[in-house]
Amino acid sequence: MSERALRIGLPILMLALVLLAWDLVVRAFAIQPFVLPSPGLVLSTLIADGGLLWQSLLVTLLTTIEGFLLAAVGGVGLAVLFSQSRLIEYSLYPYAVILQVTPIVAIAPLLLIYLPQPLAVLACAWIVAFFPVLANTTLGLSSVDHNLIALFELYKASRWQLLWNLKLPSALPQMLAGLRIAGGLSLIGAVVAEIAAGSAGAGSGLAYRIAESGYRLNIPRMFAALLLLSVTGVAIFFALSAASHLVLRRWHESALKRER
Amino acid sequence: MNRPVTEIVSLRNVGKTFESGTVALQGLDLDVRGGEFVSLLGPSGCGKSTALRMIAGLSTPSAGTIEWPAGAGKIGFVFQEPTLMPWADVAANVQLPLMLGGADEARAHDAVHQAIARVGLADFAQSYPRELSGGMKMRTSIARALVTEPQLLLMDEPFAALDEIARFKLNNDLLTLWQELRRTVIFVTHSVFESVYLSQRIVVMTPRPGRVFAEIAIPAPYPRDERFRTSADYAGYCRQVAETLGQAMGGAP
Repeated sequence: MSERALRIGLPILMLALVLLAWDLVVRAFAIQPFVLPSPGLVLSTLIADGGLLWQSLLVTLLTTIEGFLLAAVGGVGLAVLFSQSRLIEYSLYPYAVILQVTPIVAIAPLLLIYLPQPLAVLACAWIVAFFPVLANTTLGLSSVDHNLIALFELYKASRWQLLWNLKLPSALPQMLAGLRIAGGLSLIGAVVAEIAAGSAGAGSGLAYRIAESGYRLNIPRMFAALLLLSVTGVAIFFALSAASHLVLRRWHESALKRER
Repeated sequence: MNRPVTEIVSLRNVGKTFESGTVALQGLDLDVRGGEFVSLLGPSGCGKSTALRMIAGLSTPSAGTIEWPAGAGKIGFVFQEPTLMPWADVAANVQLPLMLGGADEARAHDAVHQAIARVGLADFAQSYPRELSGGMKMRTSIARALVTEPQLLLMDEPFAALDEIARFKLNNDLLTLWQELRRTVIFVTHSVFESVYLSQRIVVMTPRPGRVFAEIAIPAPYPRDERFRTSADYAGYCRQVAETLGQAMGGAP
C-alpha cells in the first residue's frame, strides 16, 4: 500500500471503528440520548436541524473570517511597523504579549460590557488570532540574510525597496505559518466570545447553539453543532495550508517534495 | 596590457577596530590600478574580507582614508555565498541591481539576458535558485554583479564552498570574462593555488591585526589555462607565495 493511501485510509478506518464502538456501547447499555446519543441520532439531528445550524454556522464563520482578516492585517502591519522603528517595538510589544497571555475567556465578559455584542465577539477573535501573525512575521522580518541586506545597501535601495523587495518576501514563509495558526485561533476566539455573550436570537452563532442545547439537554444537537464546528476548523486549516503551499511551492524548502 | 595604468582605488593607512575591541586591520596601504586582477591572500581573520567590504562602502574605516582618484564608480560585489533571493528566478535575481536603480524595464531586460548568457546560464533564466547547482548559483551571483557594468568587481572568497571541478571551471570562466570585459577585479581568497592561477598581483596579508605583508607579481601571460595550472612556472609561483604566506603568519609552516 502506498504512503498516501495509508495516510488517508488509516484515519478513516480508525473513525469507522470508533463510531462502531460508540454505537455498540449506546445499544448494549441502552444509554439515553440525553446522556450519550448514538452516532446515527447525531447524524439525523444534523439533517433535521440543518437549517438552524447552517444559519448559526454562517454567523460564526463570518466572525471567524473577519477576525482572521483583521488579525492578518493587524499582525503583519504591526510587525512591519516594529521592523521600521525600534522605539515603537519597545513601546508596544510587551502589551501585545500581555494581550496574548491573558486568557480570552477572562477578557470576553469585559469586552461584552463595553462593545456591542457582534463587535465584542469580533474583537475576541482578533485578539487571539493576531499574536501568532505578529510574532511569526516579526521573526521572519528580522531573520533576513544579512548579505542580501548588504547587497541592497550596495545598490542604494530605499527603505521602501528594502521592505517590499527583500524583507516581506523573505518573511513570507514565517508569515504564512503564523496565518495558518491564526485561522484556527480566530475560530476559537469567536466561539469563546459567543459562549460568554450567551445571547439568543436569529443572529446567534454555532457556539451559542451548543450552550443553548446544553441548557435544554438537547444533547444530540450539541453533538451535531460540535461536529460542524470541528469540520469548520479542519476546513480552515486545510484552506490556509493549501494557500501557503501555492505561494511557496516554487521556492521554499517546506514546499519541496524530496525523493529518496 | 597597454591600458593607462592609473589607480582606481587607494587605501591609505586604513584601520578597522570593531566594537568588541578586535583590531581587524591596522595601517593597511593598498593601491589597485584600473584593469588589474589583484588577490588579497591571507589566513582567516586577517581582515581581507573587512577590507573588501570597506572598499564597497559596506563598512566604514575607523582610521585612514579610502581614495578614488578617478571618482567612485559602480561596484559589483560577489559574496562568499551566492546570496540569491530564493523567491526570484535567475533573471529576476540578476535584474535586482537595475531594478533597485530604477532602470528602464526594456533596457534592463537586454542587459540581464546578456549578463546571464555571459556566465553560461542562458537556458536557466527562468529557474529558481533551489533548482541550480552550487556552481550555477555562483554564476548567477557573478552575472548579477556584472549587470550594472561596474568598473570594479569585488569578490569575497566566491568559490571557497565549491567542489574542485566547479572551482576550476569557474576560475577559467572568470579569467575569460575579465579578459573580455577589462574590469578591475579584487579577489579575496585563502587559497594560494587559486590566487596564483588568477592574479597579476597577490597581496599577502598578516593576521591580527591585518595589514599588507608583501606584494608578489605573477608575470605569467594570459590567457592562462589548464596547461598553466600544471606547469613548472605555476608550481614555482605557488611555492614562492606559500613561503611568503608562511612568513606572514609568523613562521608557522
